[in-house]
Amino acid sequence: MTDEQTHPEYILLRHREIPDLDNLEVYRQHGGFEALQKAVASMKPDEVTNLVKASGLRGRGGAGFPTGVKWSFIDNKNWPHYVVANADESEPGTFKDREIMESNPFQFLEGVAICAYAIQAHAAYIYLRGEFWQIAATLDRQIAAMQAAGFLGENLFGTDYSLNIYTHLGAGAYICGEETAMLESLEGKLGQPRLRPPFPPSYGAFGKPTVVNNVETLTNVPLIIARGADWYHTIGPEKSPGPKIFSLSGCINRPGNYELPLGTTFRQLIFEHGGGIPNGRNVKAIMAAGASSSLIVANDVALDTPMDYESVPSVGAQLGSASIIVIDDSISIDWLINKTVHFFRHESCGKCTPCREGTFWMMHLTDRIVSGKAEWRDVELLQDVANQIKGKCLCALGDFSTEAVLSGIERFKVDFEKAAGVKDLETKPQLENA
Amino acid sequence: MNTLSEKYSQEITHILDKYPPDQKRAAVMPLLYLAQREKNYVTKSSLDEIAEILGISATEVASIVGFYSLYYDQPAGKYHVQVCTDLPCALRGAEQFLEKLCENLGIQVGETTPDGLVTIEHVMCLAGCDKAPMFQVQSGEGIAYHENQTVESAMDLIDQFRKQERRRNGHD
Repeated sequence: MTDEQTHPEYILLRHREIPDLDNLEVYRQHGGFEALQKAVASMKPDEVTNLVKASGLRGRGGAGFPTGVKWSFIDNKNWPHYVVANADESEPGTFKDREIMESNPFQFLEGVAICAYAIQAHAAYIYLRGEFWQIAATLDRQIAAMQAAGFLGENLFGTDYSLNIYTHLGAGAYICGEETAMLESLEGKLGQPRLRPPFPPSYGAFGKPTVVNNVETLTNVPLIIARGADWYHTIGPEKSPGPKIFSLSGCINRPGNYELPLGTTFRQLIFEHGGGIPNGRNVKAIMAAGASSSLIVANDVALDTPMDYESVPSVGAQLGSASIIVIDDSISIDWLINKTVHFFRHESCGKCTPCREGTFWMMHLTDRIVSGKAEWRDVELLQDVANQIKGKCLCALGDFSTEAVLSGIERFKVDFEKAAGVKDLETKPQLENA
Repeated sequence: MNTLSEKYSQEITHILDKYPPDQKRAAVMPLLYLAQREKNYVTKSSLDEIAEILGISATEVASIVGFYSLYYDQPAGKYHVQVCTDLPCALRGAEQFLEKLCENLGIQVGETTPDGLVTIEHVMCLAGCDKAPMFQVQSGEGIAYHENQTVESAMDLIDQFRKQERRRNGHD
């Protein structure tokens, strides 16, 4: 089955149906900027926010927070306001925002502009990871093209509303995807998370009220404005409406981005769209939110679970950014968590002690386990360290670093027993927290 | 001493204009990229100059260089070939790819080829997981992605760098 057969129409990855959509004129011919014009010229800012609220759109960066609700939190007693688009896409397994910005950039930029109008911001920043240097250079040209065509700049559509959009490049730090670390970085400081509250809608960029939204989230906005909330609710489940881009990677025949309604099952994504597992292997585990995921045991119940914000927790995980990493039965989970722990150790910003020190010790413990030099007590110690990180850090990175570790030991215990040389599996030592 | 200001005055003004006038410090990251373009690393004198432009201390600028992995405070190869070996790429053979690439170049990860041209590095996820093995090349010209790679295609690319370099030095 191809994507097109299940998809009456692409909402986000429209460039797959419309060639040259990254050309302003082509985008315009396909309804581009009509939503921006409608919003700016005929709607009040809070009408725009209310429409987005009514659509039920939830943040696509990972947390799934209702977008319109976030916009409505903006502090109208403190000015100016800012929009910051989170284009720091750095979660291992996530590569959706990159495709949007490379191929359907104007829909994203139009979404940024509509969000800015809704909160009456006159400046919006797109914070891109430093590695997206070429994308930023192209976006700069596209922003200039929008300015030349009258879709950005002074007095939009004959109103007194003005807006400029700027790109800002990070320089290689996963933590800057965390919204308050991103704001610090935008201000020219170390990318370290802030203590919250206050949250960005009251204290954001440069200490001013700010909405931070993910690229994919903002790319949903133009069609919601153009077609309405009822239309949006026709896609996906009631509580998680709309299309979602699932980034599919790992042990899979056809890796890539798949735009599907939220609520599509793991089985449909992996086997119908992704073409199944290579080399006749079986799927052993699934990570649904990139490297930050708990490991889902890939049994029939899990495979038939709908991928939406409500359902994934029933199999002991979160949907997050919907970066589906498929792990086949040739992979030992102790090797896997060694990879994820190395990542988080490198990316820990160093601000909180449990995360800074904990990821360091988890790295050494998993190194020892993978090298076959560990005893069972090292596995228990690893579990102990992970539990001392979890729930004790300023931002989610600390927790993320423990998800695969704790779920891996609990759900794929036999892999760790083998690695730790537990000879007699009948009389194996019991894990305290398993 | 103000070599950046002299050489890139227009570009610096353009960068500063992006941020609120009382928030000049926000320009530190783009200015560091500008400085790095000069010598492939941020020199001590450009640290001082950026600090002067922004009205912050050189130590504060240096802390930014230290925190973010795309800035370098010492010279390395002209081309940083940075291979992603994070989980999704590793599941598609990126570790074996990196090992063989190093073998072919006769260096270890983190080392530079004897001609000083290519440094091979590990890098964290680059959002190219579906097209692994993949790497980015960071050089004075910016950052370029190379996806769906084999050891052969990577070695071809490195040969091209060498040829370009010889041409640039007038040896060909």
